[in-house]
Amino acid sequence: MLLDVSGLSIAYKGLEALHGVSLHIEEGELVSVIGANGAGKTTLLQSLIGWQQPSGGIVSFNGRDITGERSHIRARLGIRIVPEKARVFTRLTVHENLMMGAYGMSGRREKMAVRDSLRRLYSLFPVLERRSGQLASTLSGGEQQQLSIARACISAPKLLLVDEVSMGLMPILVDQVFELLAQLNREEGLTILLVEQNALASLKISHRAYVLETGDIVLEGEADRMLNDERIREAYLGI
Amino acid sequence: MDYFATVATLIVIQAIAACGLNVIVGYAGQISLGHAAFFGIGAYASAMLTTKAGLTFWQALPAALLITMLLGFLLGLPSLRVREDFLAITTIGINFIVEAVFIYTPFFGGALGIGGIPRVVVMGGRLGNNQFLALCLVFLVLSLALCRQFARAWAGLACFAVREDETAASSMGISPVRAKLSAFVLGTGMAGLAGTLYAHYARFISAGDFGFPVSISIMSMVVLGGMGTLFGPLLGAMIIGILPEIFRPLIDYRMFIYSVLLLLMIRFQPGGLLGDSSLVVGLLKSLKKLVKPKNIANPREIGGDGDV
Ligand SMILES: Nc1ncnc2c1ncn2[C@@H]1O[C@H](COP(=O)(O)OP(=O)(O)OP(=O)(O)O)[C@@H](O)[C@H]1O
Ligand SMILES: [Mg+2]
Repeated sequence: MLLDVSGLSIAYKGLEALHGVSLHIEEGELVSVIGANGAGKTTLLQSLIGWQQPSGGIVSFNGRDITGERSHIRARLGIRIVPEKARVFTRLTVHENLMMGAYGMSGRREKMAVRDSLRRLYSLFPVLERRSGQLASTLSGGEQQQLSIARACISAPKLLLVDEVSMGLMPILVDQVFELLAQLNREEGLTILLVEQNALASLKISHRAYVLETGDIVLEGEADRMLNDERIREAYLGI
Repeated sequence: MDYFATVATLIVIQAIAACGLNVIVGYAGQISLGHAAFFGIGAYASAMLTTKAGLTFWQALPAALLITMLLGFLLGLPSLRVREDFLAITTIGINFIVEAVFIYTPFFGGALGIGGIPRVVVMGGRLGNNQFLALCLVFLVLSLALCRQFARAWAGLACFAVREDETAASSMGISPVRAKLSAFVLGTGMAGLAGTLYAHYARFISAGDFGFPVSISIMSMVVLGGMGTLFGPLLGAMIIGILPEIFRPLIDYRMFIYSVLLLLMIRFQPGGLLGDSSLVVGLLKSLKKLVKPKNIANPREIGGDGDV
């Protein structure tokens, strides 16, 4: 098991946003968490990257207890995040932003790997290559989202956390990004935890999914079965 | 031209200290209001080592740098570990404490300070005023080169990332504490270098030379010239160093004028004279366009302010 979360609780100033959430992800899986606004999806991802300290529960990664680890340690273990609202470094150039994603990669083999993924990411997001010398603040919202994805992927993470990646992207790019995630998962075995409003698109590429409702996991199962589940179709797919 | 050398040397020394503060404030976004304390620690270390322990300037210099950086590390660590902006407050405290230690400890010469600090000797000859100015200029160039190098290295990039979004930076494997501390120690080291040069320039130092007002004046240089730019602190040091020479009668109102200047800059030109969106840089840009209208350069480079 790559990621094992059990009984995770998160509270904001005494108000609990997650009430003992348990979930697990096997290596190579693509797992979705779907839920309404305010269900706690972002809170869950933020606690997995170490931006929120839990008030209870255990998180272990690759068999190692990381419940109390700070985020830079988690990043070095191979957990990366595409955060809600991109959060690119607006005062750095596009290229420097990507380099921050590869922070600390110094060995010769690592450097080669970074160069390879940079080339791949540039061909995937050509706009980033065209703007590579430009400040990230000059990118449009959708372009910043692309930069954020590329920045998270450049270090070849073991577990990629993705928060509302479709937000602000044009429909054709949404399809491309989902296709990209599916491809990264299929071809490179990248394990992905995907949080999405766009439940239909994310369920389509996922192996399994969890449904989060106001801080509790209320349903889990195969993504295919969820796509056909009456309750899910009504509540989240609008069909 | 001794008057020129005297004024110019002081400006160069202060420019070195300002470059150091710029690494802390401009590159890492950490507010330090006690930079003069480390300026003073460098000066006192070198003064003690040369007058009491009989070392030469060249032997005392690395020791003084080491002492300053070590104290910078020890004093910076606790406040940088705290997420909130504690550094601004603790550095003010550090400044007053360091000044008090110099004044009230007989070991450091007490209120009388330390006199008889030797001139710098190079190849058997004592440096005259102009030669010492040249030496200080060499150190200034080295400091600027170091800043530029730092800005391009992983450590510098990490600082820029932390300055902008500490949380996001941490999820890329950057330890925010370490990034800030590296900038703080490098910055205090440069203050120590400036202090060492100052001790051998003034040849008599006392605690008052390194009080809180001095910290404010160094901060004014950085803000005026442009936080986070390479040459801003140098420009700021020149302006703040030359102004009192021109307007002698105003010297008593110095602190008042600095404060007003600081407020005006922060209100109207937060990037400083050499920063982004500054009047001066804007003017230079339009001049450049007039000269070379067809040259569409990388927008990052048009500013001509080098590093971020
Ligand atoms: N910084 C915060 N301080 C206080 N409460 C917060 C904070 N962040 C989130 N919350 C609350 O925690 C709950 C879960 O929020 P969260 O952002 O995790 O939801 P989400 O599922 O990501 O929603 P969305 O789909 O709108 O992004 C919400 O009730 C929200 O109001
Ligand atoms: Mg959210």
